[in-house]
Amino acid sequence: MDKKKYGALEQKISPKTPLLKNCLKAFVTGGVICLIAQIISLFYMTYFDFTERTASNPTIATMIFISMLLTGFGFYKKIGQFGGAGSAVPITGFGNAVISAAIEHKTEGYVLGVGGNIFKLAGSVIVFGVFSAFVVALVKTILVKLGVVGW
Amino acid sequence: MSTIYITAFIVGGLICVIGQLLFDVAKLTPAHTLCILVVTGSILDGFGLYEPLIDFAGAGVTIPITSFGNALTHGALAEAEKHGFIGVLTGMFEVTSSGISAAILFGFIASLLFKAKGNI
Repeated sequence: MDKKKYGALEQKISPKTPLLKNCLKAFVTGGVICLIAQIISLFYMTYFDFTERTASNPTIATMIFISMLLTGFGFYKKIGQFGGAGSAVPITGFGNAVISAAIEHKTEGYVLGVGGNIFKLAGSVIVFGVFSAFVVALVKTILVKLGVVGW
Repeated sequence: MSTIYITAFIVGGLICVIGQLLFDVAKLTPAHTLCILVVTGSILDGFGLYEPLIDFAGAGVTIPITSFGNALTHGALAEAEKHGFIGVLTGMFEVTSSGISAAILFGFIASLLFKAKGNI
């Protein structure tokens, strides 16, 4: 059996992913998480000295705290099974990746296990975020120095 | 004021749908998908397009991981504006510190509090 035939057979046998249903679930899950975050940021804007833009920082910290509780008690996995990307894309998914790695490697000790593996899953996001931010900011700074664009 | 809840829900949901499409249609792993979204966020901020989105959708764009790329670029650019090229490097984590520090802090606390039971 050559590669093409095998690919076709594989496609025939493997269950079809219900694309529309998955997208709808992701939409609702992600939307609800963002809605909750919006309500939390309203709390920070009302009771503390934060503006619309700066309120996102304490909101993100709060969402990661909620993510810790959900991950620790095993609820986030269930949300992930339902929501797919809807639970992975929001910052709670980033928190879940860090926190679950920390809990999972606890048995290997705190320094080598937790400390060494805490960014095992989320590290790639930080690496690519930092590198792309560096490139983008560098290009823009050069363009500004050349007088092509303004800040 | 009240419309921001609706736009937050819709825009946040739509970004997650893009992620789901990258999962299901492009067959990318979650890690690849998240990296693409982060890079997208940082490029959007390079063009100055992310801040208007925040005004429009609030948490709908600050909570998805794209905002992480935006915050990194934004910090780097803000510092570059003040100190030139060296600011690109030093300003990177200026804005986004809360996400990273919260993740490390709560991750470590979670490792103290919880035990792995195969359900995380």
